[in-house]
Amino acid sequence: MSFLATKRLSKELKDLNDKGCPTGIQLLQSDDLHKWIFELEAYDSIYSDDKLALMFRFSGQYPIDSPAVQFVVGELEGATYKAPVHPHVYSNGHICASILSDGWSPVLNVSAVCLTIQSSMSHEFTQPSLSSHSVLTSCKSKQLPPDNDRYVARAPENPKKTRWEFHDDTV
Amino acid sequence: MSDDSDNYMDAASFEGSDIVEDYQSSNPSEAFSDDDVEIEDNEAFIVNEPVKPKKSKFDVDYKVYDINDIISNQQSETEQVCSIFGLQRQDATILLRHFGWNREKLIERYSEDPERILKQVGLAPGTSASAQSDSRANSPVRLKRVKGFTCEICFTGSEDTSTQTLALACGHRFCSDCWKMHCEEKISGQGESRKIECMQGDCQTVMSEQVISQVVPEYIFQRYQTLANKTYVEDNRRGLRFCPGPDCGNVIECQVRGSDLESLIPIVVCKCGQASCFGCSFSGDHRPALCGVTKLWVKKCEDDSETANWISANTKECPRCHSTIEKNGGCNHMTCRKCRHEWCWICMGDWSAHGTSYYNCNRFEDKSGKDARDGQQKSRVSLERYLHYYNRFSNHEQSARLDQELYAKTERKMDEMQRSTSLTWIEVQFVKKAVETVTKCRMTLKWTYAMAYYLDRNSMTELFEDNQADLEKAVENLSELLEKPLDVETIPELRSQMQNATNYVKSRQNILLEDTLQGHMEDRWSYHITIPSLA
Repeated sequence: MSFLATKRLSKELKDLNDKGCPTGIQLLQSDDLHKWIFELEAYDSIYSDDKLALMFRFSGQYPIDSPAVQFVVGELEGATYKAPVHPHVYSNGHICASILSDGWSPVLNVSAVCLTIQSSMSHEFTQPSLSSHSVLTSCKSKQLPPDNDRYVARAPENPKKTRWEFHDDTV
Repeated sequence: MSDDSDNYMDAASFEGSDIVEDYQSSNPSEAFSDDDVEIEDNEAFIVNEPVKPKKSKFDVDYKVYDINDIISNQQSETEQVCSIFGLQRQDATILLRHFGWNREKLIERYSEDPERILKQVGLAPGTSASAQSDSRANSPVRLKRVKGFTCEICFTGSEDTSTQTLALACGHRFCSDCWKMHCEEKISGQGESRKIECMQGDCQTVMSEQVISQVVPEYIFQRYQTLANKTYVEDNRRGLRFCPGPDCGNVIECQVRGSDLESLIPIVVCKCGQASCFGCSFSGDHRPALCGVTKLWVKKCEDDSETANWISANTKECPRCHSTIEKNGGCNHMTCRKCRHEWCWICMGDWSAHGTSYYNCNRFEDKSGKDARDGQQKSRVSLERYLHYYNRFSNHEQSARLDQELYAKTERKMDEMQRSTSLTWIEVQFVKKAVETVTKCRMTLKWTYAMAYYLDRNSMTELFEDNQADLEKAVENLSELLEKPLDVETIPELRSQMQNATNYVKSRQNILLEDTLQGHMEDRWSYHITIPSLA
């Protein structure tokens, strides 16, 4: 991991610890600087009862290179997490959002990504400053992506290896 | 510049029915040694002229540029735009890249609404608060130290004033290390050169070449320039293409429309000597076969469709489990290894009906047996037909290689002779020319077989095949002469024989190419399949 990545991640982590995470977001794991896990609550949305967790993985090129972000599917610290049933989230936890690939900017950070994804779950909650990045805005019904089965059957382990196409930015 | 003249002659090699010697001007001393060569066009000696005058209606006009030409072309195009609109050079470059170097379109659009265009290509500073507050937005972008600055990306800075920072016209300021990493990732990682944008999310301000050069190390900047030249060639709508020759970075300009390819074969020859087709990018001279025919043939030869053909011609399927079986000997009583089904190879029927007649299928005239046999026969015929053409095609390819190998040996011997006998250098050069001619004609012959494979059988095709046979005979004759042992005594005789044969071969090649290419234009050839259009 490069000096820049280490420095930047340490700073972000310090800020999260000092100032606290945004509302509804909780840092679960950050023992490994390369891999952080957050618990996410999507208030006032159809996902408010779901137990959701986001996993971030950082390459040595972070923050020039975007982090690999996906929902945790499975057991973690005694709790069971599932990917939300959402038109832009595949059942293996992979997320189709431009902010995680083409729309990434090194000025964005972990907390901004968490907020964007959280806001995409909830129709009450939007982040005006990020709305143009966010392919996911508000979602009214629980639906899997149309190509879920096909994608999940062949998906690479790391979502960053997928070449995302953004078919639809209305949901 | 012997190269230039060489090329020139190359492209001019079949004009009317006159024989114009290729390679002749590549060696001035040689030019005087051959009295049998006609050069009736003095223009042939205008060297350094990149535009080849249209020597034959079958040739296309083209220009060959080297990398320096490409760079200076970009510069002059940029300067034109600068002078029209009073723009800065770097901005004009960004505009031109955006419009795929289509100057007319740029001028038209820019005149309509300069502000919109500038914004669209990322040259107008955004209206973000930071941009407005930065009063130096219009001054040239330079690295500078700013007191109390903290880079939002790496969090370096604050009290430390040693950090170099940089902001584009949009005013988003970051430290130079982050800019460097950003550019490195874009250039080396993603191979991007058209447009490298500001790191701020949402900000589309483009980094100019001059800014990039300030933040990246020299080798990355060189890579950037290489990529930029490459995109210039690729984006250009004027018809530019890289020469496919190994390690040749030259660029060829040629105007060919897709619809022309139905009657024209735009073969271009680079300064490096590599011939290629501008129509289908084939790296070689595939005349007289059209691009569409070439494409079909190459695909056919590469595909394993012929493997499938072999399988259907040489194997049968077990009537019960459909395993593919090749019978390589033994009697007609087949027992499938897989399902143990016993059947007759000839009639495909159940073996139990055959009794003890092991080597004689008494149900041979049965309808089912007859059908199976007919099917097999048909498949064999088509396979044999393909093999007929393919073998001749690949034979010429191989022979051309062998001819050249042979020549390598001969050359050594010639060198020796020249030193040990009274023969001059000029006098031993005739073999070289013969080998070159043979090699070229074998290429032509090769492609006549690819073309013939797809031709309908009619009187036109017969004429074509007559020409083909004449050329082939002449080539084989010359090729045989090449194998003759060299002796000092027989050299003068061999020399005149070989020169005559070389000239004859060339004239046969001209006749064949002339007639075939003329035929393409007159739509004289009919094919038994549809030739795909490359338009």
